[in-house]
Amino acid sequence: MSDFVHDGWSLYIAIITLASLVACAVLLKLMSTRKLAPGEKPGTTGHIWDEDLQEWHNPLPSWWMWLFYITIVFALIYLILYPGLGSYKGYLGWTSTGQYQDEQKQAAATYGPVIDKYLKQDLVKVAADPAAREIGQRLFLNYCAQCHGSDAGGSRGYPNLRDGDWLYGGSPETIKTTIIGGRNGAMPPMGAAVGGSEEVRDVAHYVLSLSGRTHDSLRAQRGQPKFAAICAACHGADGKGNQQIGAPNLTDDIWLHGGTEAIISETIVKGRLNQMPAHKDFLDEGKIHLLTAYVLGLSGQAAK
Amino acid sequence: MQSQSTYNYTVVRQFAIMTVVWGIVGMLVGVLIAAQLIWPELNLAPWLSYGRLRPLHTNAVIFAFGGSALFATSYYVVQRTCHARLFGGVLPAVTFWGWQLVILLAAVTLPLGMTSGKEYAELEWPIDLLITVVWVSYAIVFFGTVFKRKTPHIYVANWFFGAFILTVAVLHLVNSAAIPVSLTKSYSAYAGVQDAMVQWWYGHNAVGFFLTAGFLGMMYYFIPKQAGRPVYSYRLSVVHFWALVFTYMWAGPHHLHYTALPDWAQSIGMIFSLVLLAPSWGGMINGIMTLSGAWHKLRTDPILKFLVVSLSFYGMSTFEGPMMSIKTVNALSHYTDWTVGHVHSGALGWVGMVSVGSLYYLIPRLFGRTEMHSMKLVTLHFWVATIGIVLYIAAMWIAGVMQGLMWRAVNPDGTLTYAFVESVKATYPYYMVRLLGGTLYFSGMLIMAYNVFKTVAGQKPAEAVIPAVSGAHA
Repeated sequence: MSDFVHDGWSLYIAIITLASLVACAVLLKLMSTRKLAPGEKPGTTGHIWDEDLQEWHNPLPSWWMWLFYITIVFALIYLILYPGLGSYKGYLGWTSTGQYQDEQKQAAATYGPVIDKYLKQDLVKVAADPAAREIGQRLFLNYCAQCHGSDAGGSRGYPNLRDGDWLYGGSPETIKTTIIGGRNGAMPPMGAAVGGSEEVRDVAHYVLSLSGRTHDSLRAQRGQPKFAAICAACHGADGKGNQQIGAPNLTDDIWLHGGTEAIISETIVKGRLNQMPAHKDFLDEGKIHLLTAYVLGLSGQAAK
Repeated sequence: MQSQSTYNYTVVRQFAIMTVVWGIVGMLVGVLIAAQLIWPELNLAPWLSYGRLRPLHTNAVIFAFGGSALFATSYYVVQRTCHARLFGGVLPAVTFWGWQLVILLAAVTLPLGMTSGKEYAELEWPIDLLITVVWVSYAIVFFGTVFKRKTPHIYVANWFFGAFILTVAVLHLVNSAAIPVSLTKSYSAYAGVQDAMVQWWYGHNAVGFFLTAGFLGMMYYFIPKQAGRPVYSYRLSVVHFWALVFTYMWAGPHHLHYTALPDWAQSIGMIFSLVLLAPSWGGMINGIMTLSGAWHKLRTDPILKFLVVSLSFYGMSTFEGPMMSIKTVNALSHYTDWTVGHVHSGALGWVGMVSVGSLYYLIPRLFGRTEMHSMKLVTLHFWVATIGIVLYIAAMWIAGVMQGLMWRAVNPDGTLTYAFVESVKATYPYYMVRLLGGTLYFSGMLIMAYNVFKTVAGQKPAEAVIPAVSGAHA
């Protein structure tokens, strides 16, 4: 694909670039005519400013002059070898895209076999392989730790991957699907559906009661019908969630955003939007396989 | 008629004093954000957070401190070397108060999070318009004074000041072109890679003209004056002036190596950056060689120490810059703290030191004294500042190269050896050294402020009568 809307621009770039380099050389040549005979004093230019400011009439230092010429010559040679003069591709045919692809190819040839040998193995087996786990951990630290933490313990809004509690399911295939395609966890704002702030608090206390947290049983009692009518659609009548749609289990006292009355109320009123990005575009199959095994191993499921 | 026969020192005095004030403010913010990188808890409030204070730091040191230094010295030099009072009536005063207003608005809007998002051009469009008014006034004053000069030739310092004023006007107008959506928000007139290219054409020439050409103008007056020696070579100044102002214009794309910018543009940016080495060094040679025959003065004269060491740092950073613009070197250095070290070797070493040296020459003369209150404190400032810079840039060099190497280190299985956060962790000791270096440099400015106060307190502002032009063939 050409970078230019019209060939004339390419020519313009080439000409103005070369002319500029030549102009530098010509300026240098014109100004380097002055030489001093051995022992000759340079003298001043005869101009005086501000009472005593003057200038010696020294010639250009020759080492400096040559330094200047050398950089100009280097520039010209570079422009012959590499792209620079408009759409001229350069003698070496180098492109940054080409360099990237070459390096990718080289990396695939060198590291591909190391990674891909695990592809043929079952995920549970890979998860138990110490060498595979080491690779998996390095991948995890570079691609996953930013959100899930370097110990995979998660943080507010980012699931803990070690606790055996899964939003979408913890089977090897499901974990792989999550890594490949990412996930969009959306809970819509429910404030209006639940009612005023008192009703919201009632439901929050019912949710607290589900996992046996300290709660106001009167409020929980009042909140129960609302929960059954509104929340149960996703979280289930028993509050145990639904992995098909990533609705969290509310009975296990594991909290993604926090399990206090205030935070639960906020969740109910404002809803939650959680996103895990898809990784299929920048991780190949082999690496995703290793990562899946590593995550699987984290929750201790490999042992089961 | 009385006012016609004296130089306008009022505006020079105002800018000179504000240079010291803004230097302290800008560097204090620098010290704070350096500390925030070590202790993130210091991000106390949104308006005190790193992301908002960093542009405040760069704007304050470049445009408030550097800008005031340039206004002060260019106004002084253009008058003295043209043997003419500043042109333009109230315009010099307009530039002073206008520029201070720009700085004040920057100090309010940047912490509030109002930004156009363009590095070194963050100020929003109404402030950009004010800058334009001030800058056009500046150009009228400066070139008007050159035009009515009594000397037959234009002194070399004025070439550099003139190039700086003209180019910054063009850079500012083109890069700040934006579509306003409200009083405090606008969007760039350019999009995508074109926007990036315009931004770095501006960004690198802000370095080239604001921070280089302008300060070379300073160097060309204050070094020969303080050394009492003629400039080394007129011819060298001609070649390096034209080569410098011409070549700098091409160098911007080296900020966009290995990005969406087309390969040909990256190549051209790189080769002209390399060609820029000799023209840059021309200024260093001309300044340092001016001392030939007077080297002994370096031992005793702290002002010359400031000026000559500034040139050494100038030479170092203008060697380092072309080297970093080479694609293979850039692949290692880009996005690391090496860049931060490079910038500060130029900013603290070159821009800071040459400004401070020039001010130590200038301030006593503006207040009817022959030298600063205490030359011992000037010497102390010199050593504190020099040690500070060395600590700062050495720490950032090591940190930068380390980060670059850590980021590219690969295990036998092809995975990255280090997660990004490990490179951050490994940088902490260097952040500490950098904070120490920055604090030293900042303390130097406090020493200067005390010395300046003692020099000017109780002094009557000096009036200087314009002398007749002397010269062999005047």
